[in-house]
Amino acid sequence: MTAAIVVGKLAGCLVAFLTIPLLVGQTEHKVMAHMQSRLGPMYAGGFHGWAQLIADGVKFAQKESVRPAAADKPVFDLAPVVALLPYLLVLIAIPVGPYGAAHDLDAGIFFALAIVSVAVLGPLMAGWGSGNKYSLLGGLRVGAQLMAYELPLVLAGASVAMAAGTISLAGITTAWHWWWLPYQGIGAVVFFVAALAELRRPPFDMPVADSELVFGPFTEYTGLRFALFLLAEYAGIVVFSALVAVLFLGGWRGPFADAQLGWLWLLIKTMALAFVVIWLRVTYPRLREDQLQKFAWGLLVPLALLQLLITGVVQVARA
Amino acid sequence: MTMPGRGLVAGLAVTLRTLRRRSVTREYPDVKPDLPPRSRGVIALLEENCTVCMLCARECPDWCIYIDSHKETIPPTTEGGRARSRNVLDRFAIDYALCMWCGICIEACPFDALFWSPEFEYAETDILGLTHERERLAEWTATVPPPPAVVDNAEPPKEIAAASGERPVRRTPGPRATEAGG
Repeated sequence: MTAAIVVGKLAGCLVAFLTIPLLVGQTEHKVMAHMQSRLGPMYAGGFHGWAQLIADGVKFAQKESVRPAAADKPVFDLAPVVALLPYLLVLIAIPVGPYGAAHDLDAGIFFALAIVSVAVLGPLMAGWGSGNKYSLLGGLRVGAQLMAYELPLVLAGASVAMAAGTISLAGITTAWHWWWLPYQGIGAVVFFVAALAELRRPPFDMPVADSELVFGPFTEYTGLRFALFLLAEYAGIVVFSALVAVLFLGGWRGPFADAQLGWLWLLIKTMALAFVVIWLRVTYPRLREDQLQKFAWGLLVPLALLQLLITGVVQVARA
Repeated sequence: MTMPGRGLVAGLAVTLRTLRRRSVTREYPDVKPDLPPRSRGVIALLEENCTVCMLCARECPDWCIYIDSHKETIPPTTEGGRARSRNVLDRFAIDYALCMWCGICIEACPFDALFWSPEFEYAETDILGLTHERERLAEWTATVPPPPAVVDNAEPPKEIAAASGERPVRRTPGPRATEAGG
């Protein structure tokens, strides 16, 4: 019986992992198009191109998977998997209701932040393994970006954990109050922006920089391997949006019926944040590499420390 | 001193506003574009007005107009009268593989035999098919829309005047006539 429940929960995670990123991808297609006064996909599937990503998937599956002669074979082959799988693992720990997550972890926030950092190794491996200097440059930029933005991410996460007095994701959601919005507001913004950078989403897409590094670490990837990287990007958006929702926006807490509709509130918050991710992508131009680093060390880290200070003072005062 | 980050917020507002507006995309193959009259689509020939003066062919910058003709003698209509001769059009063709849609031939034609038609779907898989002979050029004439009058009481556009047979009044060179249609 318990085995059946576990399998069911994991299957649910897998289904969510395979569908919600596609939903975000389609939203990006349409929202970006309309923000640029275009229509976006209109043909695939008949109604407003709803099946565009399925068609893309079929196209990717048909393409030849090319591996450069100079590539480091095992690293090159493994990179897409390393980029994609961690997000699936994080999804297991995200609480979707008062009854918890697919698997409740006591050290949930640690687990989540540690695992999403592993996902960044994927592009780094891809950059190294491709045997291409542009890819290597992109890969090293990924590495530099990871170093710079991991710190504010962890600091902002630590601030919420301090406020809640627990490092369990379910515990943080349970301890959440509406006044945490102003109280943890700086941390939320820092966490969200750092997450964007971690995902290499525009305006922090310096490692990919399609116009100068010809897609950086992903230059040599074709076919299904490239599709896995793309899926990883959108899975990353979903996971980080869900993490922001859980940590700073109260996760499954909604206006009513938390026990029954918790998953829906979480999904709405996640999709709203994913929309913001897309919105920022359309609006802002890419940051230069030095601006990127300066932004992280000069602005985000001090802000995260300030948030940590505020949280510390408030917690001591309340105790 | 403006608030830092104001520009960032303004940028977000711009994209959000554009999102709520209708997109400007023309869904061309599904929806035919509504092109104004005299759009540079294809050149139509009104054969009846052509006098084989060759001005169009000579003005054409890339020599894409082919005109062949021969001279015919019309016998005198009255006893003892003089036989008249006239040019008869044998071939009029425009090679759209060479044409650059400058419209100089249409400007140059003194007899209003050439017109712009907004039709543009005449792509061919064979380059030779782009040479439209006089029959094809004459077919385009049916698709020529007259432009709306710019002012009230304006003389009819040449698209109408040429087809209905009444010649638009041409001003004599020299001091310009003050009254239109005088």
